Amino acid sequence: MIAVVALIVLLPFAAAAAGLLATRLGTRNLGPRAERVAYRRAAWFAIVPGGVSAALTVWLAASLAGGAGTSEGRFWSELLPGRVEGTLTVVETGSVPISLTLRDDGLSVLTGILVVVVALAVQVYSVGYMRDEPRYPSYSAFVSLFTSAMLLVVYAGDLIVLYAGWEIMGLCSYLLIGHWWEDRANSRAAVKAFLVTRLGDVGFLFGIFVLGTAAGGFRIDDVLRADIPQGTLIAATLLLLAGVAGKSAQVPLHTWLPDAMAGPTPISALIHAATMVAAGIFVVARLYPAFLAAPPTLDVLGVVAAVGMLGAALAALAQDDLKRVLAYSTISQLAYMGAALAAGSDLAAMFHLVSHGAFKALLFLCAGLVIHHVGSNLISHMGGLRRALPITFWTMTIGFAALAGLPPASGFFSKDAVLSAVEHGTGPAQPFVYASALLTVGVTGAYAARAWLRTFFGPARVEPLAEPPPGVAHVFDGREAPRSMLWPAGVLAVPALLLGLAGSAAGSAAGVKVEWGPAAVSLAVALLGAGIVYALWRSAPEQDPARLLGPFRVPCERAFYVDAAYAALVARPVLRLARAVVRTDARVVDGAVRGSGRATLGLSGLVRLAQNGNAQLYVTGLFAGLVLIAVAAVVLT
Amino acid sequence: MSWLPIALVAVPLLGALAAFVPAVRDSAVAWGIAVSAAVLVLAVALAAVFDYARPAEMQLQTDQPWIPGLGLRFHLGVDGVSLPLVVLTALLTFLCFVHLAGHPPEGGRTGGLVVTLLVLEVGMLGTFLALDLLLFFVFFEVVLVPMYFVIALWGGAGRRQAAVKFILYTLLGSAVLLIGLLVVWTQAGTLDMVALAGRHGSGIARSAQILAFLAIGLGLAVKTPMWPLHTWLPDAHTEAPTVGSVLLAGVLLKMGSYGFARIAIPVLPEGAAALAPWLGAFAVAGIAYGSLACLAQRDLKRMIAYSSVGHMGFVLLGFASLTPVGLNGALFANVAHGLITGLLFFLAGAVKERYGTADMVRLGGGMLRRLPYVGSLLTFACVASLGLPGLAGFWGEMLALLGAYRPAAALSRPLFLVFMAVGGLGTVLTAAYFLLMLSRVTHGRAVETVSPAGPPEPAASLEPAAPLEPLPLEPALPLEPAASLEPVPLEPVRPGATGAAGAAVGAAVGVGTREGAEPGRGRRPFRDATAHELAAWLPLVALIVLFGLWPKALLAVTTPAVQSLLGSGVAP
Repeated sequence: MIAVVALIVLLPFAAAAAGLLATRLGTRNLGPRAERVAYRRAAWFAIVPGGVSAALTVWLAASLAGGAGTSEGRFWSELLPGRVEGTLTVVETGSVPISLTLRDDGLSVLTGILVVVVALAVQVYSVGYMRDEPRYPSYSAFVSLFTSAMLLVVYAGDLIVLYAGWEIMGLCSYLLIGHWWEDRANSRAAVKAFLVTRLGDVGFLFGIFVLGTAAGGFRIDDVLRADIPQGTLIAATLLLLAGVAGKSAQVPLHTWLPDAMAGPTPISALIHAATMVAAGIFVVARLYPAFLAAPPTLDVLGVVAAVGMLGAALAALAQDDLKRVLAYSTISQLAYMGAALAAGSDLAAMFHLVSHGAFKALLFLCAGLVIHHVGSNLISHMGGLRRALPITFWTMTIGFAALAGLPPASGFFSKDAVLSAVEHGTGPAQPFVYASALLTVGVTGAYAARAWLRTFFGPARVEPLAEPPPGVAHVFDGREAPRSMLWPAGVLAVPALLLGLAGSAAGSAAGVKVEWGPAAVSLAVALLGAGIVYALWRSAPEQDPARLLGPFRVPCERAFYVDAAYAALVARPVLRLARAVVRTDARVVDGAVRGSGRATLGLSGLVRLAQNGNAQLYVTGLFAGLVLIAVAAVVLT
Repeated sequence: MSWLPIALVAVPLLGALAAFVPAVRDSAVAWGIAVSAAVLVLAVALAAVFDYARPAEMQLQTDQPWIPGLGLRFHLGVDGVSLPLVVLTALLTFLCFVHLAGHPPEGGRTGGLVVTLLVLEVGMLGTFLALDLLLFFVFFEVVLVPMYFVIALWGGAGRRQAAVKFILYTLLGSAVLLIGLLVVWTQAGTLDMVALAGRHGSGIARSAQILAFLAIGLGLAVKTPMWPLHTWLPDAHTEAPTVGSVLLAGVLLKMGSYGFARIAIPVLPEGAAALAPWLGAFAVAGIAYGSLACLAQRDLKRMIAYSSVGHMGFVLLGFASLTPVGLNGALFANVAHGLITGLLFFLAGAVKERYGTADMVRLGGGMLRRLPYVGSLLTFACVASLGLPGLAGFWGEMLALLGAYRPAAALSRPLFLVFMAVGGLGTVLTAAYFLLMLSRVTHGRAVETVSPAGPPEPAASLEPAAPLEPLPLEPALPLEPAASLEPVPLEPVRPGATGAAGAAVGAAVGVGTREGAEPGRGRRPFRDATAHELAAWLPLVALIVLFGLWPKALLAVTTPAVQSLLGSGVAP
């Protein structure tokens, strides 16, 4: 069975290799048709292996459900009790061995299903979205490579293997954000995303070192079973948390995610909303016993999450770029998952992860449809699109309802699970986290309502654009986007709407129930937020309801100037230091070298004075020496 | 007694001598390819007959009296530490000749360059094979002279100064190294490295060990290079021709770090333990300093040269930890750096040849559009160099950091934790300068580019859709002279993508290279990777991927070897 797991991971990898190497093979003689052939081939390479991977994942889930109960008391052990592990080889490093291990249990399969389904939807969607894109083959190959890397993270049975997948995801994210690299801004966004996450990843790697060295092995099972002193565990988990904050875009390493929206919209849906950013949460859940044994880490996570969820939600309320609204909302929703983990419920976190993955991918795909139609990312260019894009309108409405947590959409149930987990949480920061979470529910309702109303209702503000610059979607003639783009959105709308019911049904089977009291409170708060925005919008549909923020609107729009602070405190000083190093290198370090050369020449000039060819001087010197030696001989003996 | 190590040294030497024969001199490059291919075959044969069940032992030894009066012996052999480096050397030299076939040196005198490179190969292989301290030193020195000529005769504008600095600086280092070796000789009474390593320092007083380690370490540190003894390196790399830079970075630097693994640490364990904190401190200073220096460089070749300072810092940090895992990491990083930086210098040379400059500001942007294959391969090489898991660059640095996380018992752990943290930040800075360089050079639109002579080419047009300037020999090559010249197939592909199709394209274009090269260099259009270039690059790409995906290929050979080098007592 472990071969199936390996196949699930390797199929997208093979697809990536084929997409990069084989799409143009032998097309040179086809003339103008070569492009079409390459495009079609790339599409097949992208979709077929992804589809097979998805089918195999479902089969795997079914076989796990009937497996023997060997998982030890984690939340999935009732539903998916099976467990498989296989080691390809053990690499001796001289100290702690690395084992190339894959494992598969309930947690992996739950996340794996999310990954393959969203990835497949995005690949199908991209076929239409990137139709006129000459670099589509490399694009789809990178998406495949990303899928493979994410699956490697999900199924890794060894921390170093996990880290490998973790970093390759970062590379794919870099390559895909910078897909339209003609525009310098996209290139900068890509570099920023890679560097910020890499900074966190250094901590992550050191955390792995601490755990692996303490446990005597990097295999996840060994690490979780090992008897590690609490101080070591706290250090390790805090270091891991740095990587989690980087990948999952949590404060203070969240600044790359909004900029990452420079990439093509399907990429925003796949990587920067549904899967890669969820990897951080997944890793915490994977190593949850270690985190539970280190309460201070969970407290830190709780505070980080509380700050992030509210700040990002406020920032989302003030953005004008539709994708940036969704990006900040992603940060905010990921913070919910973090808060649930901090409160001790990995079940709630994973539930919200899966439902958020579905509805946020849906929202991004719908945003792509809207942007495709309008030719601009800015909400202020949209409006009244309800009639022109009826299918998009309905699917996106489902997405916004789920985001705001309105029943019966999936977000209602998962967010309720998170809120009740936070309510029952312990720890010194719990009141703060709970207050922040509740407040964020209201703000979430407000920004969801604002984006929804400004996009689909009110006066139409669509202006025909000339040829759009790269990085902005193409202008389309038709009313709706091609069917290959509508289908994935429609398919994702189903889980976004129904997953909550299914999840809560499965949850009640596992003994977890929806708590209707807190649910009603949060629903009321969300409706209150949405209602305020609606009232404002109603009074003046042509104006932005974000004006309700008053003087805080600009700070919110700039995301509280965190970017500017980082530029002033980190980026510019480092560059200044770099220039200083170059100057030092030329003047001091190399100057010493050149100076020693000059000094040698100068010394030789001095010595040459004695070698002036004057025989009298030589004899005098000789005689003086003789006298000196004679005197010394007399005096010393 | 085995003839293989002797043949490895003798074949390039005889080849160099034979190159003086007039009949051979006329087709010098072909002769060079033939000889280096023979050496590569020998090296592969060496790897094939090597007994992988006992990589810690010296194998295939040959031990002849050399100067009996002094007790010097001609003692060669390989073990798990030297085997990868021998193969790497043979491979890189061969690839350099392949590259040379398509891209003759700017200074002419091709025959002379072939002889010089073959002599260089003798020295490099001999250094890695020698098992006698003085023999090691002789080969170590043999390398300097040909490299001096490579820089001084075939280098760039400032070649004279760079070559003089290179040879004086490294000669000074060698003098100090010789003193250290002599101290070992007088104290231990033998020059046999196997015997010395087997003793693990017994028989040499602690103070003598410290003194000898200091002298040997300083001599090797100049070569490695260790901060702050690195300033010969950027000049030498920047001015050297492409093949010179490749061998300098790919092999010559490894001779210094190999000396640490072969001589300094196993022979002088107490000296190493006493001075390891200093070594570690200079190593991480080099990592941070080299990365920062890269961040502010304008010249592509100079930036890659400084990146070597940073990367070799990781190698030295691994040595400084004095643990098997640290040494493993250092040796892995050594090989990986040879492959990756070799590739980077090949690419930088290709860029310089086409644009006429390696100055990043003058290069402008948009290389992925103008030269898709070169741009993609450059992206790949940079990504490999910044240590992405799954490519060769990662494992060495990761293991070196892991070694620093838990250094040998005799060393101060908090100090090495600080070293590890600085090294970790160094990896972020490494990523920063590579990505900024890629962003500057490969991304964006090609507008600001200048051409070495004559007016800027219209190819550097504003419209991405406009076709590039047509090839002058296009009529001769009617069928798409290059897919690479069409405006469409421009993918930031991961390099493997060049594959067979790329080679075919390159072959088509490569025909024109030599004809078009001579008259009017300024008018030469940009052409993407040629067949010779791809032939030189793709083996490196393949090996980078192989070692990245299957690190065990290298670690299985080195792990037992380093464990025996350190002795069982030193490991924690």
